[in-house]
Amino acid sequence: MVVSLFPLTTQGAMVRRRGNVLIGPVDLTLSGQGVTVVIGPNGAGKSSLLQMLYGLSRLSGGSVNWACDAREAQRRLAFVFQTPVVLRRSVLENVIYPLRIVGRPREEALALGREWCTRIGLGEATDRSATVLSRGEKQKLALARALITRPDALFLDEPCASLDGSATREIEALLQTASDEGTRLILATHDMGQARRLANDVIFLLRSKVHETGTAPAFFDGPRTAQARAFLAGDIVE
Amino acid sequence: MLELWDGLLAAGRLLISFDPDLLEIALRSLQVTGVALIVASLIALPLAALLAVRRFRLRRATIAVLNALMGLPPVVVGLVVYVILSRSGPLGVLGLLFTPTAMIIAQVIIIVPLIASVGHQSLRDLWAEYHDLLLSMNTTQRQRIMTLLWDGRRALLTAALAGFGRGIGEVGAIMIVGGNIDHVTRVMTTAIALETGKGDFALALGLGFVLIALAIMVNLAIHWLSQTERGRRW
Repeated sequence: MVVSLFPLTTQGAMVRRRGNVLIGPVDLTLSGQGVTVVIGPNGAGKSSLLQMLYGLSRLSGGSVNWACDAREAQRRLAFVFQTPVVLRRSVLENVIYPLRIVGRPREEALALGREWCTRIGLGEATDRSATVLSRGEKQKLALARALITRPDALFLDEPCASLDGSATREIEALLQTASDEGTRLILATHDMGQARRLANDVIFLLRSKVHETGTAPAFFDGPRTAQARAFLAGDIVE
Repeated sequence: MLELWDGLLAAGRLLISFDPDLLEIALRSLQVTGVALIVASLIALPLAALLAVRRFRLRRATIAVLNALMGLPPVVVGLVVYVILSRSGPLGVLGLLFTPTAMIIAQVIIIVPLIASVGHQSLRDLWAEYHDLLLSMNTTQRQRIMTLLWDGRRALLTAALAGFGRGIGEVGAIMIVGGNIDHVTRVMTTAIALETGKGDFALALGLGFVLIALAIMVNLAIHWLSQTERGRRW
């Protein structure tokens, strides 16, 4: 029987680097459904929060606990970075990389990889070098590579930053499909339109701390704090 | 100037006549350096990747030493290998002195630091690019090393070819441990040294031009064989 990863709970979790607090202390509980959007001004700690929850940053204090064993949880997560990283290989070899490292047979991985390449609109470009793709195509490739293992939770750090409207729309459609198919999404963005389109829950960060949390309708329609109201109104909040 | 011209003519004569001695020493040169290159690459390339992905206490010192060893004087390497392989040395019982194997050992010692250092430079940049991605995928250290070696193969080929260049042109160490014995350990560079010593500059230059042509042909052949990216396709 597969144990659920959620709820994910943090207690006083924080990350320091060279004496500076990057994020925390954070006390949070994330349930196992929907899309959680992390918003906040630049430098508020959105990327740091995602990396801390994912386990990419070493905790300086507190704890991050999944409902199952941490190692087991790590195998069922995926991360998409703001700047898409592509391996210096073909598009198809990039997409199947996560399957190959967990030992899935090559033929099976290739079949699934071709399916995903078609799904992200790169079905005709499977043999092309991934390094020559456009930024939007690279980000779609990164997303396919993250989703091909059907992760229980996907962390996305501003996946649509500096992408044009059509690429953003395609990526949001892929994210919506992934969410509908049961993948829990935790997404950092500074695009308020995107946050409103995708979010079920919102985490508002300010000065490296969680300032406000809530369901998306409650947060966007009636933020509780003055800073959140100012942020949503487009004011500069620091 | 006249001697250079004579050298070119001698090189032409040697090549046209398919001189059997030339063929023998050219093949031996390729054999010794080729085997040394394979052995050195098997040691140096994983070492370069390990130094890129693994953080340990003496890592910087190791990299500094490797860089310094790129300038290792071949004569000193030859002497050390000679002492170790000589009859009274620790490995004298193997009877390897004045054999092609001894020459391969000396060349491996000379080119490992070069391949490892040049390889490490390019893999370090590649690791900086891949670091977050491979960590987020929970790859093992072995998988990271294999990924770097595969994706960095073109840069590593350049590192290996630099090692080949150093090996095929090396004379000091292999002269000492090989002894330049005719039909046994004579290679292009030791033959050139011998002809120069005898005062036959034209033949020495001729052999030199053949050696240069050989090195260029091997480089071009390896590049052509390993060219997997054509027209943006892999």
